[in-house]
Amino acid sequence: MKKDLVVIGAGPAGLAAAISAYEEGIRDILIVERDNLLGGILNQCIHPGFGLFTFGEELTGPEYAARYIAKVKELGIEYMLDTMVMDITRDKVVTLSSGLKLEAGAIILAMGCRERPRGALNISGTRPSGIFTAGTAQRLMNIEGYMPGKEVVILGSGDIGLIMARRMTLEGAKVKMVVEIKEKSGGLARNIAQCLDDFNIPLLLNTTVTKIHGKDRVTGVTLSTGEYVSCDTILLSVGLIPENELSKKCGVRLEEGSNNIICSEDLMTDVDGVFCSGNVHHVHDLVDNVTKEAIKAGKSAAIYLRR
Amino acid sequence: MRRDALENRIYDVAVIGAGVIGSAIARELCRYDLSVCIIEKNVDVCEGTSKANSAIVHGGFDAKPGTMKAKMNVIGNRMMDKVCEELDVPFKRNGAMVISFEGEDSLSELVARAKANGVEVEIVDPKDYEENISSDAKCALLCKSSGIVCPFELTLGYAENAVENGADIYLNTPVLGIKKDENFTIHTSKGNIQARCIVNAAGVYADAIHDMYLSHSYTITPRKGEYLLYDRDLKDLVSHTIFQLPGKMGKGVLVTPTIHGNLLAGPSADDLLEKDDLETTDEGLAYVLNTASKSLKDMPSMVITSFAGLRAHGDTGDFVLDMPACGFFEAACIESPGLTSAPAIGEYMAGMVAGYLGADLDPSFNPVRKKRVLDGDRIICRCESVTEGEILAAIHSTIGARTLDGVKRRVRAGSGRCQGGFCSIKVMEILARELDVPFEDIRKNTLDSVIVFGKTK
Amino acid sequence: MEKTYTCINCPLGCQVKAVISEGKVISLSGNTCEKGEKYVVKEVERPSRLVTSTVKVIGGRGPLVSVRTREEIPKEHIFDVMDEINKVVLKAPVGLGDVIIKDIFGTDVISTCEMEEK
Repeated sequence: MKKDLVVIGAGPAGLAAAISAYEEGIRDILIVERDNLLGGILNQCIHPGFGLFTFGEELTGPEYAARYIAKVKELGIEYMLDTMVMDITRDKVVTLSSGLKLEAGAIILAMGCRERPRGALNISGTRPSGIFTAGTAQRLMNIEGYMPGKEVVILGSGDIGLIMARRMTLEGAKVKMVVEIKEKSGGLARNIAQCLDDFNIPLLLNTTVTKIHGKDRVTGVTLSTGEYVSCDTILLSVGLIPENELSKKCGVRLEEGSNNIICSEDLMTDVDGVFCSGNVHHVHDLVDNVTKEAIKAGKSAAIYLRR
Repeated sequence: MRRDALENRIYDVAVIGAGVIGSAIARELCRYDLSVCIIEKNVDVCEGTSKANSAIVHGGFDAKPGTMKAKMNVIGNRMMDKVCEELDVPFKRNGAMVISFEGEDSLSELVARAKANGVEVEIVDPKDYEENISSDAKCALLCKSSGIVCPFELTLGYAENAVENGADIYLNTPVLGIKKDENFTIHTSKGNIQARCIVNAAGVYADAIHDMYLSHSYTITPRKGEYLLYDRDLKDLVSHTIFQLPGKMGKGVLVTPTIHGNLLAGPSADDLLEKDDLETTDEGLAYVLNTASKSLKDMPSMVITSFAGLRAHGDTGDFVLDMPACGFFEAACIESPGLTSAPAIGEYMAGMVAGYLGADLDPSFNPVRKKRVLDGDRIICRCESVTEGEILAAIHSTIGARTLDGVKRRVRAGSGRCQGGFCSIKVMEILARELDVPFEDIRKNTLDSVIVFGKTK
Repeated sequence: MEKTYTCINCPLGCQVKAVISEGKVISLSGNTCEKGEKYVVKEVERPSRLVTSTVKVIGGRGPLVSVRTREEIPKEHIFDVMDEINKVVLKAPVGLGDVIIKDIFGTDVISTCEMEEK
């Protein structure tokens, strides 16, 4: 089967890129999404802070996503849910988990990013239950409706960690502290103010977790200061990595260490006709910037297809 | 089985421990006309030493000639192809090299041991075989018959094949006491189990089981080994299992590809007091990294997880494969090369028990494990491309997965580079749905390893 | 009294210095826009926040609907709003923007997502 444009991922980047390409005149578009609904990670980001620059108003994640989902549906852009792209070749043949092979005229990579797990930090100690990345805990609470913990230590002060400190507090958990190895938080100042300060949650800078305790469930952590803190849950918010496993398969060049995609000004990767947008390119602070970049990627792909 | 029914039944043989050794013995016992049960204290098979080790099949060149370790290692290695084919277990003879930073002379003792054990080896320049090997490595002993295997699948394959051939398995059933009248009565958390014979294959706890029935005769010291597991991107770094010349505390740190395409470095070796201390330590992990670094030009940094395993180090100096009292058998002190030796120990111990009971071969025994294949092509684990069908098969197989780790070990969902960040919730949902239990009842591994605390609303 | 506030209006997170006397702002510095001024005055005189959470839903494709207060509510009442939110049980379908709780601290709690029937 042939497709002018295949967009991989239906998060903010994929949706905006597909819409942008459509508005530039491309009609034969397919968005492929591995989850069972459109919108990507925004669906679990129920907090406000999205869209201030794009729409001039403050929206929650699901509301921001809904605007693009409505547009995709209105334009009749085709999409597939519960479908994962298994392979992309250099000549732009896309293999789906259903076995279907698509010959794409152009591809926009919009797979987003993933969280760094515990292993990447190499913290010693036991391997009990109760250790979650902040995003996994967020999904458990906001989508599935389960409490991941009661007494929580958050390692790393990335934005998702800060947001989850407030979220868990609102739902009745005791967030004991956020510890950050650096001398400055990686999160936005507004999130420190409204997620930590509002609830008197201490932020310990220049501090990290050096050991995890507990045989079955987490029972506590040892901090780099030597202090022991009892808790039943550890949330990790220690950075995001572009999810470029697929990109590598078709030969897209990545920056070592960061896993960022090396691309041209118009967002075309080293592979002819393969473009990138959003957090798969590099991790963005704000969804508004993801959208902006995705619009550009959609436009570039359209220009490429018309040439 | 109901408690009263359990207490009225008399098994011919009760195997204590569902690690690779107990499972192999149980499966080999099923070749005979015997009723067999396996009693395991954990909620799943393969929860002790068998789940956290180097996952390699030793050539048999370094075990001391004349010992049971040497004998079982060599026979086990030779049996591995057939066993893995029958049980559908991934296994590959990738070959091993013991590198020396000195000259050829330093390898002469190993060469002599290999010869005495009947294992083929040769002295080579490791750089001819591995381009990433340290330039300090002057020479190496190459053993082409060494291999890598999936220890979870080997254990599970053995246990499932035993059950498929009529064995019963009691999981989550710690043994609390043993006494003997006409038969053995094994007092467990689930009631009494009666058997004509017992095989003690309780790993690091084998001495404790022994002492429940007999007077103390050996002590097992859990020897902790810490490991670093690296990203699959590094699978081409080395193709052989790379050892350094062994020292007093074991075989030293090895660097090896795993059968699933990761890179593994370890183990450290620390003797412990507690039999359930699986903590990794900064010192242990640093030791593994520093020591492993000597084998390669560049040791990579893409660690996806670290873990620790306990080896059942006995003060006997050799495997204990014996019948210390009438009807009471034991396979104890099984440290390295235990995984490699499992097929041989299984056969050897089963033969010993069958001889004692005067059992005949059972012509209906089927050595082939039936692996289930179920539909469902939705990808659940992105990193390892695991489908819903594979997870369903893991849950509904002969000995089905009941926990998150149980699924992970059977089909690798959650064992990739994101370590379950994306898929653990979906796996929990599938487990809850298929087992018809509430989501919050799903555990990571042990009964107390609660994952979520009830609903938010 | 002099106090520094982090403006939470946008991701810039301006550090705004305020001189305060008897609970009123006398002068401000450090803000890059008008919103910063408004925010700090409000933060000093009557601090308020948007509250976002989830509400239980029956018969939907998922168990929860995400919700928020339409406008900010007084900061000291965040947990009072949470208490009310936790009492609500909805029946699918729920539309985006549906009013979930009417008139609470001068505003409404509204749905921020769509929830179809199962």
